[in-house]
Amino acid sequence: MTLLFQLLVNGLIVGALYGVVAMSFVLIYKASRIVNFAQGEFLLIGAWTCWWLLTSWQLPFWIGFPITLAFMLAFGVILQIVVLRPMIGEPIISVIMVTIGLSIVFQAAMKWMFGVFAKPFPPIFASPTMNLFGLEVQTVYVMSLVISILIMAGFGWFFKYSRVGLAMRATAFDQQVAQSLGISVRHMFAMSWAISAMVSAVAGVTVGVVNGVSSALSFFGIKVFPAVILGGLDSVIGAVVGGLIVGVLENMAHYLDSQWLNWGNMYEIAPFYVLIAILMIKPYGLFGTKDIERV
Amino acid sequence: MASVSIIPSGDYKTSYGSDTTIFPTRTSRNFAILGVILLLACPAFMDRYWLSLLIQIGYLGIAALGLNILVGFTGQISIGHSAFFGFGAFASAWASNSLGVPVALAIPLAGVMTTLVGLLFGMPAARLKGLYLAIATLAAQYILQDFFARADWFTGGTAGTIAEPLTIFGFAFDTDERFFYVALVALVVMYILATNLMRTRDGRALVAVRDHYLSAEIMGINLTKYRTMSFGISAFYAGIGGALYAHYLQFVSVEGFTILFSIQFLGMIIIGGLGSIMGTLMGTAFMVFLPEAMQALTKLVSGTALDTALNLKDNIAFLREMSIGLVIILFLVFEPDGLAHRWKQIKAYWKLYPFSH
Repeated sequence: MTLLFQLLVNGLIVGALYGVVAMSFVLIYKASRIVNFAQGEFLLIGAWTCWWLLTSWQLPFWIGFPITLAFMLAFGVILQIVVLRPMIGEPIISVIMVTIGLSIVFQAAMKWMFGVFAKPFPPIFASPTMNLFGLEVQTVYVMSLVISILIMAGFGWFFKYSRVGLAMRATAFDQQVAQSLGISVRHMFAMSWAISAMVSAVAGVTVGVVNGVSSALSFFGIKVFPAVILGGLDSVIGAVVGGLIVGVLENMAHYLDSQWLNWGNMYEIAPFYVLIAILMIKPYGLFGTKDIERV
Repeated sequence: MASVSIIPSGDYKTSYGSDTTIFPTRTSRNFAILGVILLLACPAFMDRYWLSLLIQIGYLGIAALGLNILVGFTGQISIGHSAFFGFGAFASAWASNSLGVPVALAIPLAGVMTTLVGLLFGMPAARLKGLYLAIATLAAQYILQDFFARADWFTGGTAGTIAEPLTIFGFAFDTDERFFYVALVALVVMYILATNLMRTRDGRALVAVRDHYLSAEIMGINLTKYRTMSFGISAFYAGIGGALYAHYLQFVSVEGFTILFSIQFLGMIIIGGLGSIMGTLMGTAFMVFLPEAMQALTKLVSGTALDTALNLKDNIAFLREMSIGLVIILFLVFEPDGLAHRWKQIKAYWKLYPFSH
């Protein structure tokens, strides 16, 4: 029973991270209708950058981390301007392929620069574990959960009260109307990429601290798809809910598998079965906007 | 997609029949026949290495053509093509090893089996389009990859499986020189089949679905039927390509059919030109020669400062991977219609040579 409970907690923690990455994925999709297959590589780049600053330059975490975020901000903006802006108005396959191409390039480049083996982060916390409600929990897990909740709350505030957030929602709602209200759609596109890259980098660093940094991080970008489809492609809340469900689900599948089925590898594959099932039953997800067409 | 609707001047066709011939002019037909004859002579003077590259172009070109029928002609996106290619390879090996089917029959059988699997995963295609379909095929890729690793009875598990060489009437096609002819014949047959498909009602229906699916439906085209059918055809081509691959290498391992391979297939058709049959072949050749070009490039700069700075020799694998992604991006940004379009422009330039304006 404790194992089940432990897996549930694990699922929620990983799920919260999925939720964060899914949120930044949805942000780009909502703003610019681009499906970003390179989301996982944002995590990877962020984590490697932070790792590099912390180990090669021996910077303390509280300096290295903000520099990483600043770098990712610039990276997101430049990427949008150089690669994605010329793709506006191109057919959907071209846009998808460009992001896929980007993901390959980044992944190979990261492997080239940092090698293929997982490298651990220098320890950030004094005590590796802490006692929480009678459960022995790793400090980094608590940290990751706290960070996830903070990011989600930040997103909530940003889109509800800040000027830029409101402008972004207006852009997502209707580009022409937003433009006539004096919102620079180009800025909003660049901004959405920058924020998305930054938030993904936070998630990447968090996972890196827990598991070590390796190219396996980019698999988060693939796991995002079950989460966003489950929640609805254009819903931020849906992304969070979907992420949590996928996180719990894969741990439950793992439990089921290790106890009775013994198929192996269910942890990785179960979300994809769910993905197909959802696409068959309810393609617009739990919270997504229905796209109604009539002939 | 190339704009074929503009009729060039000097087009004197008077019937639909002459407008839908396989080759637009007699010269182009003669050139194509000449090309095939030249290829037939290749094993006589080419070394093993070049032959193996040409064979690669053969079986990959068949599978890529399937993907182009799906993506380029029907406008459906698939990111799971290599899984179907792999399924074809395993199916053919399994049919000849376990069921005792002769290899010459196992290859088409593998095509049919892959079609069935393709239709199974294509079921969402009946309801979905664009992006949602892309994500569904992504799931198919991972599910099939997992299946390969798990199904020992079918794929031999992690050890992989051995495939018998193709034998017809006691003559074994087990060397590169011999298998070259198998690949060439299969390639020509499959390409002619695809070209013919595009001349029929069904082929035109696929294009109509791509160009404007609502209008297509209004004109009486059954969207569900043609979307699913396109998925099936695509899987069939992938299966045949995979089966040829299996019997050429005579060994299939479970590791090869990753998402990167799927993306390579997509790269081939984008580089070649979406919705162009000859372009598919050009794109495939480009993709096959790209790693070789990278190798040559590394050799060229070896020993220089650049080489030591980047440690190229140990990182050639990453360089190849990166070049695939880069080429896809560059083509999409600068030449979205692919090599086929460029080739047309070159032809047009020489046709009008001194007076190009």
